[in-house]
Amino acid sequence: MLAYALRRLLSLAASLAVASVVVFAAIEIVPGDPAAYMLGMNASPEAVAALRAQLGLDAGPVERYADWAAGMLRGDFGVSYTYRTPVAGMVADRLWVSLPLAVYALALSTLIALPVGVWAASRRGAAVDAGVMGATQLGVAVPNFWFAMLLVLVFAVNLRWFSAGGFPGWSEGVRAGLKALTLPAIALALPQASILARVMRSALIETLGDDYVRTARAKGLTRGQALRRHALRNALIPVLTILGLQFSFLLAGAIIIENVFFLPGLGRLVFQAIAARDLIVVESVVMLLVFAVILVTFAVDLAYAAVDPRLRRRH
Amino acid sequence: MTRNLRIGAALAGAFALAALASFVWTPYDVAALDIAARLQPPSATHWFGTDHFGRDVFSMILVGARVSLAVALVAVGIGMGLGVPLGLAAAATRGSMLDEAIMRGNDLVFAFPALLIAILITAALGPSALNAIIAIGVFNIPVFARLTRGAALSLWSRDFVLAARVAGKGRARISAEHILPNLSSLLIVQGTIQFSLGILAEAGLSYVGLGAQPPTPSWGRMLAEAQTMIAFAPWLALFPGLAIVATVLGLNLMGDGLRDALDPRIRRARA
Repeated sequence: MLAYALRRLLSLAASLAVASVVVFAAIEIVPGDPAAYMLGMNASPEAVAALRAQLGLDAGPVERYADWAAGMLRGDFGVSYTYRTPVAGMVADRLWVSLPLAVYALALSTLIALPVGVWAASRRGAAVDAGVMGATQLGVAVPNFWFAMLLVLVFAVNLRWFSAGGFPGWSEGVRAGLKALTLPAIALALPQASILARVMRSALIETLGDDYVRTARAKGLTRGQALRRHALRNALIPVLTILGLQFSFLLAGAIIIENVFFLPGLGRLVFQAIAARDLIVVESVVMLLVFAVILVTFAVDLAYAAVDPRLRRRH
Repeated sequence: MTRNLRIGAALAGAFALAALASFVWTPYDVAALDIAARLQPPSATHWFGTDHFGRDVFSMILVGARVSLAVALVAVGIGMGLGVPLGLAAAATRGSMLDEAIMRGNDLVFAFPALLIAILITAALGPSALNAIIAIGVFNIPVFARLTRGAALSLWSRDFVLAARVAGKGRARISAEHILPNLSSLLIVQGTIQFSLGILAEAGLSYVGLGAQPPTPSWGRMLAEAQTMIAFAPWLALFPGLAIVATVLGLNLMGDGLRDALDPRIRRARA
């Protein structure tokens, strides 16, 4: 297990290194000079040159990459071109909206999807099962930002139970913060819950047909007991994988949903940064999200290997 | 043909027809502004109502279908065109440096959700439908490479492949003549699924302004524009959303139906 973890850790570090080169290279090909952009049309060439030197833009690409990568390892993401404040601080502030939103949505979708999937699998072929399958088929097809708009129309515009957008900040209390994140989290959770319920259902149906479940039934366990004690645990393995994959999609999805509800998260930050050509912010946010995706994949791989010893062997 | 396949094909076909028809005919000109007729609710003259410029929403949805379907279709083409050969090559040289390089490269691309690729491309080159195609297409490559490699590996151990090797055929020829044809049904099913995911991704990208640019109508941007008017003109948000749901639902049902129809094991299990 330890050897497996170490091998995966090495490949994690390699992925991160390559990903950082890709992100840096993508931003590198952007035409235009950030220093000239920041100072505006009437800046003197001397002022632009001075600012370039101050931002470290006059060094070669290899040197600047090394600088940027070494800075990130220390938690120093550089200074925003437009706001003139450290990017790390800006990102950290926004992360306090995006991360709770993604976790909230993940919790919602898990709490809804797993029982529903188990329910459908245990009543396979019945009206309940058909209903769940139909509903999830629809849930997968609905774009989450459109669902978000419908939620706003019903619960904010008509019923006035929630505000249509904005975020009061956690300083206003956890309740107010969670309330502001509720509609966004529901919108984000719907397609994920649909996928998760389908995976849960089909994984459980598969294990329910396995020999050890038949043995358990032959030993006198009821259907429900066999399901709870034997089938469910094994069916959770594929569900775990999908959960890990979903987290990265939730973070990316959060970026879009934040726009519907005007939430001051990473998504708003990155789109404002694109519009203002504040490339160091774009670079940092993208790198941070890629890091999150790689890290979650790593964690899921480890959890998977801990549950299933066969996976510790290579391939 | 199963019921899923029939319903799905009908829905998806209707939107493909709408997209094609929009080249020769739309009820109104989508570029014509008619301020006097702005923000009209659905009626006999404007089936889906009009927007804040007086443009006919039904006509815009027809033209928007063109963008959605074209972006998703080309993106699937990129994913298949690059991913399938990579997967075949990885399987044919299993365990080699090439295999390892392809699979690690795949893992790397997998760490970039399509939205992040689009953000990077847009930051570098500016927003356009073409950049949306590239972003979704790049995201599709590892999906097809992984699927192809996995399925091809199990075929490589089969007797008919062994027979071809004994007959002196090279790896590339066996991949093309014996492996690929046996993967076709799998690829068709996955292609349909990626096509529907592509429609959703395109809608999301153009919603946040990273896709097709004005004045080209696109479903995602129609929704973005509708958002501020949702309290007094909900039809502007309703119909483009329904168009996306119907198309994606149709393609998903079609994918399920095709899987049932093309996979003989499932067919036997059902009988």
